[in-house]
Amino acid sequence: MDPIDISKVQPIIDRFVGKDVYIHLETTNGAYASHFNEKVFSAGAYIRNGKINYTRGKITGDGPYRAGLKMELGWIYAEGLTHWELDAKNRLLMAGHDTEGKLAVALQISETPFE
Amino acid sequence: MEKQVLVVFPHPDDEAFGVSGSIALHIENGTPVTYMCLTLGEMGRNMGNPPFANRESLPEVRKMELQEACKALGLEDLRMMGLRDKTIEFEDPEWLANEITKAIDELNPSLIITFYPGYSVHPDHEACGEAVIQAVKQMPASKRPKVECVAFSNDCVEKLGEPDVIRDVSNVQDKKIATIEAHKSQTAGLMAGMKKRLQANEEELMNWIKYERFWTYKFD
Repeated sequence: MDPIDISKVQPIIDRFVGKDVYIHLETTNGAYASHFNEKVFSAGAYIRNGKINYTRGKITGDGPYRAGLKMELGWIYAEGLTHWELDAKNRLLMAGHDTEGKLAVALQISETPFE
Repeated sequence: MEKQVLVVFPHPDDEAFGVSGSIALHIENGTPVTYMCLTLGEMGRNMGNPPFANRESLPEVRKMELQEACKALGLEDLRMMGLRDKTIEFEDPEWLANEITKAIDELNPSLIITFYPGYSVHPDHEACGEAVIQAVKQMPASKRPKVECVAFSNDCVEKLGEPDVIRDVSNVQDKKIATIEAHKSQTAGLMAGMKKRLQANEEELMNWIKYERFWTYKFD
Protein backbone atom coordinates (compact mmCIF):
# COMPACT_ATOMS: atom_id res chain seq x y z
CA MET A 1 0.00 0.00 0.00
CA ASP A 2 1.06 3.59 -0.56
CA PRO A 3 0.42 6.76 1.43
CA ILE A 4 -2.82 8.30 0.24
CA ASP A 5 -2.62 10.89 -2.53
CA ILE A 6 -6.08 12.36 -3.06
CA SER A 7 -5.41 13.14 -6.70
CA LYS A 8 -4.81 9.44 -7.32
CA VAL A 9 -7.54 7.97 -5.11
CA GLN A 10 -10.44 10.27 -6.04
CA PRO A 11 -10.56 9.12 -9.69
CA ILE A 12 -10.72 5.49 -8.53
CA ILE A 13 -13.59 6.28 -6.17
CA ASP A 14 -15.36 7.95 -9.09
CA ARG A 15 -14.97 4.81 -11.23
CA PHE A 16 -17.37 2.89 -8.99
CA VAL A 17 -20.12 5.55 -8.97
CA GLY A 18 -23.50 4.12 -10.03
CA LYS A 19 -22.26 0.50 -9.98
CA ASP A 20 -23.34 -2.30 -7.66
CA VAL A 21 -20.25 -2.74 -5.49
CA TYR A 22 -19.19 -4.75 -2.47
CA ILE A 23 -17.96 -2.92 0.59
CA HIS A 24 -15.60 -3.95 3.33
CA LEU A 25 -15.69 -1.54 6.25
CA GLU A 26 -14.02 -2.10 9.58
CA THR A 27 -12.79 -0.20 12.56
CA THR A 28 -10.98 -1.77 15.48
CA ASN A 29 -8.67 -0.98 18.34
CA GLY A 30 -7.69 -4.60 18.65
CA ALA A 31 -8.94 -7.54 20.67
CA TYR A 32 -6.28 -7.03 23.32
CA ALA A 33 -6.80 -3.31 23.92
CA SER A 34 -8.51 -3.68 27.28
CA HIS A 35 -6.32 -6.65 28.30
CA PHE A 36 -3.20 -4.50 28.14
CA ASN A 37 -4.89 -1.40 29.50
CA GLU A 38 -8.09 -1.83 31.47
CA LYS A 39 -8.97 1.82 30.93
CA VAL A 40 -9.25 1.36 27.18
CA PHE A 41 -12.78 1.01 25.91
CA SER A 42 -12.59 -1.61 23.20
CA ALA A 43 -14.85 -0.94 20.23
CA GLY A 44 -15.04 -1.88 16.58
CA ALA A 45 -17.40 -2.57 13.72
CA TYR A 46 -17.15 -4.77 10.67
CA ILE A 47 -19.09 -5.21 7.44
CA ARG A 48 -17.86 -7.56 4.75
CA ASN A 49 -19.49 -7.72 1.34
CA GLY A 50 -22.24 -5.23 1.99
CA LYS A 51 -23.69 -4.73 -1.51
CA ILE A 52 -24.31 -1.07 -2.19
CA ASN A 53 -24.53 1.50 -4.94
CA TYR A 54 -23.29 5.04 -4.43
CA THR A 55 -24.11 8.20 -6.30
CA ARG A 56 -21.22 10.26 -5.05
CA GLY A 57 -17.94 9.47 -3.33
CA LYS A 58 -15.28 11.77 -1.95
CA ILE A 59 -11.97 11.53 -0.15
CA THR A 60 -10.86 14.61 1.73
CA GLY A 61 -8.71 15.96 4.56
CA ASP A 62 -5.02 16.78 5.08
CA GLY A 63 -4.06 13.31 6.27
CA PRO A 64 -5.17 11.17 7.82
CA TYR A 65 -7.99 11.30 5.32
CA ARG A 66 -11.74 10.81 5.40
CA ALA A 67 -13.81 9.11 2.70
CA GLY A 68 -17.59 9.27 2.34
CA LEU A 69 -19.92 7.45 -0.04
CA LYS A 70 -23.41 8.85 -0.59
CA MET A 71 -26.11 6.31 -1.37
CA GLU A 72 -29.68 6.84 -2.47
CA LEU A 73 -30.87 6.37 1.10
CA GLY A 74 -27.83 6.89 3.27
CA TRP A 75 -24.12 7.21 3.82
CA ILE A 76 -20.98 5.23 4.45
CA TYR A 77 -17.87 6.91 5.73
CA ALA A 78 -14.52 6.16 7.27
CA GLU A 79 -11.98 8.42 8.92
CA GLY A 80 -8.32 7.97 9.80
CA LEU A 81 -7.32 6.66 6.35
CA THR A 82 -3.58 6.77 5.60
CA HIS A 83 -2.84 4.21 2.86
CA TRP A 84 -4.36 2.97 -0.35
CA GLU A 85 -3.88 0.44 -3.10
CA LEU A 86 -5.65 -0.60 -6.27
CA ASP A 87 -4.96 -4.33 -6.10
CA ALA A 88 -4.57 -6.88 -8.87
CA LYS A 89 -8.31 -7.55 -8.78
CA ASN A 90 -9.11 -3.86 -9.34
CA ARG A 91 -10.35 -3.43 -5.80
CA LEU A 92 -9.81 -0.12 -4.08
CA LEU A 93 -8.28 -0.81 -0.68
CA MET A 94 -8.01 2.06 1.77
CA ALA A 95 -6.79 1.69 5.32
CA GLY A 96 -5.70 3.74 8.28
CA HIS A 97 -2.55 2.56 10.06
CA ASP A 98 -1.38 3.94 13.37
CA THR A 99 2.22 4.96 14.04
CA GLU A 100 3.14 1.33 14.81
CA GLY A 101 1.79 0.15 11.47
CA LYS A 102 -1.33 -1.41 12.97
CA LEU A 103 -4.56 -1.24 11.03
CA ALA A 104 -7.24 0.82 12.79
CA VAL A 105 -9.76 1.33 9.99
CA ALA A 106 -10.37 -0.02 6.49
CA LEU A 107 -12.73 0.90 3.69
CA GLN A 108 -12.57 -1.23 0.55
CA ILE A 109 -14.64 -1.17 -2.63
CA SER A 110 -14.88 -3.97 -5.19
CA GLU A 111 -17.08 -4.95 -8.11
CA THR A 112 -16.71 -8.61 -7.13
CA PRO A 113 -17.32 -10.04 -3.64
CA PHE A 114 -14.38 -10.14 -1.26
CA GLU A 115 -13.34 -13.72 -0.47
CA MET B 1 4.26 -40.63 26.39
CA GLU B 2 1.13 -39.55 24.58
CA LYS B 3 -0.44 -41.68 21.86
CA GLN B 4 -1.79 -38.78 19.79
CA VAL B 5 -2.00 -35.06 20.49
CA LEU B 6 -4.66 -32.73 19.08
CA VAL B 7 -3.99 -29.00 19.23
CA VAL B 8 -6.94 -26.66 18.60
CA PHE B 9 -6.41 -22.92 18.31
CA PRO B 10 -8.17 -20.18 16.35
CA HIS B 11 -5.22 -18.19 14.96
CA PRO B 12 -1.91 -18.91 13.30
CA ASP B 13 0.68 -18.01 16.00
CA ASP B 14 -1.56 -19.04 18.94
CA GLU B 15 0.52 -22.21 19.02
CA ALA B 16 3.81 -20.35 18.93
CA PHE B 17 4.30 -18.60 22.24
CA GLY B 18 3.24 -20.93 25.01
CA VAL B 19 2.78 -24.27 23.28
CA SER B 20 5.27 -24.84 20.46
CA GLY B 21 7.89 -26.28 22.80
CA SER B 22 5.41 -28.90 24.00
CA ILE B 23 4.42 -29.67 20.41
CA ALA B 24 8.06 -30.08 19.42
CA LEU B 25 8.71 -32.37 22.41
CA HIS B 26 5.74 -34.60 21.59
CA ILE B 27 6.86 -34.85 17.97
CA GLU B 28 10.46 -35.66 18.98
CA ASN B 29 9.04 -38.39 21.23
CA GLY B 30 7.36 -39.89 18.18
CA THR B 31 3.83 -38.83 19.10
CA PRO B 32 1.75 -37.72 16.12
CA VAL B 33 0.42 -34.18 16.56
CA THR B 34 -2.54 -32.75 14.65
CA TYR B 35 -3.08 -29.00 14.65
CA MET B 36 -6.55 -27.67 13.86
CA CYS B 37 -6.18 -23.96 13.19
CA LEU B 38 -9.64 -22.46 12.87
CA THR B 39 -8.85 -19.24 10.97
CA LEU B 40 -6.01 -17.61 9.07
CA GLY B 41 -5.90 -14.60 11.37
CA GLU B 42 -7.48 -12.53 8.61
CA MET B 43 -8.16 -9.64 10.96
CA GLY B 44 -4.59 -9.18 12.15
CA ARG B 45 -3.80 -5.51 12.59
CA ASN B 46 -0.08 -5.46 12.08
CA MET B 47 0.51 -4.31 8.49
CA GLY B 48 3.97 -2.80 9.01
CA ASN B 49 5.31 0.67 8.44
CA PRO B 50 5.64 0.92 5.48
CA PRO B 51 2.91 -1.71 5.02
CA PHE B 52 4.01 -5.19 3.86
CA ALA B 53 0.42 -6.45 3.54
CA ASN B 54 -3.16 -5.30 3.34
CA ARG B 55 -6.47 -6.66 4.62
CA GLU B 56 -6.87 -8.83 1.52
CA SER B 57 -3.31 -10.13 1.21
CA LEU B 58 -2.77 -10.81 4.92
CA PRO B 59 -4.51 -14.24 5.00
CA GLU B 60 -2.15 -15.61 2.34
CA VAL B 61 0.86 -14.21 4.21
CA ARG B 62 -0.28 -15.77 7.46
CA LYS B 63 -1.10 -19.08 5.82
CA MET B 64 2.46 -19.36 4.54
CA GLU B 65 3.82 -18.39 7.94
CA LEU B 66 1.68 -21.05 9.59
CA GLN B 67 2.99 -23.67 7.18
CA GLU B 68 6.55 -22.47 7.87
CA ALA B 69 5.92 -22.73 11.62
CA CYS B 70 4.63 -26.29 11.27
CA LYS B 71 7.68 -27.18 9.23
CA ALA B 72 9.92 -25.80 11.99
CA LEU B 73 8.09 -28.05 14.46
CA GLY B 74 8.05 -31.09 12.18
CA LEU B 75 4.26 -31.05 12.42
CA GLU B 76 2.79 -32.85 9.43
CA ASP B 77 -0.96 -32.82 10.06
CA LEU B 78 -2.02 -29.18 9.88
CA ARG B 79 -5.72 -28.64 9.31
CA MET B 80 -6.80 -25.15 8.31
CA MET B 81 -10.48 -25.06 9.10
CA GLY B 82 -11.47 -22.06 6.97
CA LEU B 83 -13.36 -20.04 9.55
CA ARG B 84 -12.94 -16.31 9.72
CA ASP B 85 -10.95 -14.45 12.34
CA LYS B 86 -13.06 -12.74 15.02
CA THR B 87 -16.24 -14.58 14.02
CA ILE B 88 -15.81 -17.84 15.99
CA GLU B 89 -18.02 -16.72 18.88
CA PHE B 90 -20.85 -16.00 16.43
CA GLU B 91 -20.82 -19.47 14.88
CA ASP B 92 -23.28 -22.09 16.08
CA PRO B 93 -21.49 -23.53 19.14
CA GLU B 94 -23.01 -26.98 18.60
CA TRP B 95 -21.76 -27.08 15.05
CA LEU B 96 -18.28 -26.07 16.15
CA ALA B 97 -18.21 -28.60 18.99
CA ASN B 98 -19.31 -31.21 16.47
CA GLU B 99 -16.36 -30.38 14.22
CA ILE B 100 -14.10 -31.05 17.19
CA THR B 101 -15.99 -34.28 17.96
CA LYS B 102 -15.39 -35.46 14.40
CA ALA B 103 -11.65 -34.88 14.81
CA ILE B 104 -11.64 -36.66 18.19
CA ASP B 105 -13.49 -39.64 16.71
CA GLU B 106 -11.04 -39.83 13.86
CA LEU B 107 -7.80 -39.31 15.80
CA ASN B 108 -8.62 -40.67 19.25
CA PRO B 109 -6.19 -38.25 20.95
CA SER B 110 -4.81 -38.98 24.40
CA LEU B 111 -4.19 -35.26 24.91
CA ILE B 112 -5.89 -32.11 23.59
CA ILE B 113 -4.32 -28.67 23.93
CA THR B 114 -6.50 -25.56 23.63
CA PHE B 115 -7.44 -22.33 25.40
CA TYR B 116 -9.03 -22.28 28.83
CA PRO B 117 -12.56 -20.93 28.31
CA GLY B 118 -13.15 -17.84 30.41
CA TYR B 119 -9.46 -17.11 30.90
CA SER B 120 -8.01 -16.56 27.46
CA VAL B 121 -8.86 -12.91 26.66
CA HIS B 122 -9.67 -12.95 22.93
CA PRO B 123 -13.29 -13.85 22.06
CA ASP B 124 -12.04 -16.35 19.44
CA HIS B 125 -9.86 -18.02 22.08
CA GLU B 126 -12.79 -18.30 24.45
CA ALA B 127 -15.14 -19.71 21.80
CA CYS B 128 -12.50 -22.18 20.61
CA GLY B 129 -11.84 -23.43 24.16
CA GLU B 130 -15.56 -23.69 24.85
CA ALA B 131 -16.13 -25.81 21.74
CA VAL B 132 -13.32 -28.20 22.70
CA ILE B 133 -14.54 -28.53 26.29
CA GLN B 134 -18.09 -29.04 25.06
CA ALA B 135 -16.99 -31.79 22.68
CA VAL B 136 -14.98 -33.61 25.36
CA LYS B 137 -17.70 -33.18 27.97
CA GLN B 138 -20.10 -35.09 25.74
CA MET B 139 -17.85 -38.15 25.87
CA PRO B 140 -18.22 -40.76 28.60
CA ALA B 141 -15.88 -39.79 31.44
CA SER B 142 -13.74 -42.91 31.02
CA LYS B 143 -13.10 -42.16 27.32
CA ARG B 144 -12.14 -38.51 27.72
CA PRO B 145 -8.67 -37.41 26.70
CA LYS B 146 -6.70 -35.14 28.98
CA VAL B 147 -7.21 -31.47 28.10
CA GLU B 148 -4.35 -29.06 28.81
CA CYS B 149 -5.43 -25.43 28.62
CA VAL B 150 -3.56 -22.21 28.02
CA ALA B 151 -4.79 -19.27 30.12
CA PHE B 152 -3.42 -15.75 30.29
CA SER B 153 -6.18 -13.43 31.42
CA ASN B 154 -5.09 -11.00 34.13
CA ASP B 155 -7.11 -12.94 36.71
CA CYS B 156 -6.21 -16.50 35.64
CA VAL B 157 -3.87 -17.38 38.53
CA GLU B 158 -6.15 -15.71 41.05
CA LYS B 159 -9.15 -17.74 39.84
CA LEU B 160 -7.59 -21.02 38.66
CA GLY B 161 -4.59 -21.23 40.97
CA GLU B 162 -1.09 -21.93 39.67
CA PRO B 163 -0.86 -24.07 36.51
CA ASP B 164 -0.58 -27.77 37.34
CA VAL B 165 1.51 -28.66 34.29
CA ILE B 166 4.87 -26.95 33.92
CA ARG B 167 6.78 -28.51 31.05
CA ASP B 168 10.50 -27.97 30.59
CA VAL B 169 11.00 -27.46 26.85
CA SER B 170 14.59 -26.21 26.99
CA ASN B 171 15.74 -29.16 24.82
CA VAL B 172 13.66 -27.83 21.94
CA GLN B 173 13.96 -24.11 22.56
CA ASP B 174 15.57 -23.52 19.16
CA LYS B 175 12.51 -25.03 17.48
CA LYS B 176 10.30 -22.88 19.64
CA ILE B 177 12.13 -19.71 18.70
CA ALA B 178 12.05 -20.75 15.03
CA THR B 179 8.28 -21.22 15.31
CA ILE B 180 7.80 -17.79 16.82
CA GLU B 181 10.02 -16.32 14.11
CA ALA B 182 8.07 -18.09 11.36
CA HIS B 183 5.08 -15.89 12.18
CA LYS B 184 7.03 -12.88 10.94
CA SER B 185 4.07 -10.64 10.22
CA GLN B 186 3.06 -10.95 13.86
CA THR B 187 6.37 -11.30 15.64
CA ALA B 188 9.08 -9.42 13.73
CA GLY B 189 8.89 -6.43 16.07
CA LEU B 190 8.83 -8.62 19.14
CA MET B 191 11.76 -10.73 17.95
CA ALA B 192 13.86 -7.65 17.17
CA GLY B 193 13.47 -6.61 20.80
CA MET B 194 14.00 -10.16 22.06
CA LYS B 195 17.22 -11.05 20.21
CA LYS B 196 19.47 -9.05 22.51
CA ARG B 197 17.72 -10.33 25.60
CA LEU B 198 18.10 -13.89 24.32
CA GLN B 199 21.81 -13.37 23.73
CA ALA B 200 22.13 -11.98 27.23
CA ASN B 201 20.29 -15.08 28.50
CA GLU B 202 17.99 -12.82 30.47
CA GLU B 203 16.40 -14.92 33.18
CA GLU B 204 12.77 -13.84 32.94
CA LEU B 205 12.71 -14.27 29.17
CA MET B 206 14.55 -17.61 29.31
CA ASN B 207 12.01 -18.89 31.83
CA TRP B 208 9.25 -17.86 29.49
CA ILE B 209 10.95 -19.70 26.61
CA LYS B 210 12.02 -22.78 28.57
CA TYR B 211 8.90 -23.55 30.55
CA GLU B 212 5.36 -23.93 29.27
CA ARG B 213 2.43 -23.72 31.62
CA PHE B 214 -0.93 -25.44 31.34
CA TRP B 215 -4.01 -25.96 33.44
CA THR B 216 -5.51 -29.44 33.11
CA TYR B 217 -9.24 -28.95 32.65
CA LYS B 218 -11.33 -30.47 35.42
CA PHE B 219 -14.61 -31.80 34.12
CA ASP B 220 -16.33 -32.43 37.43
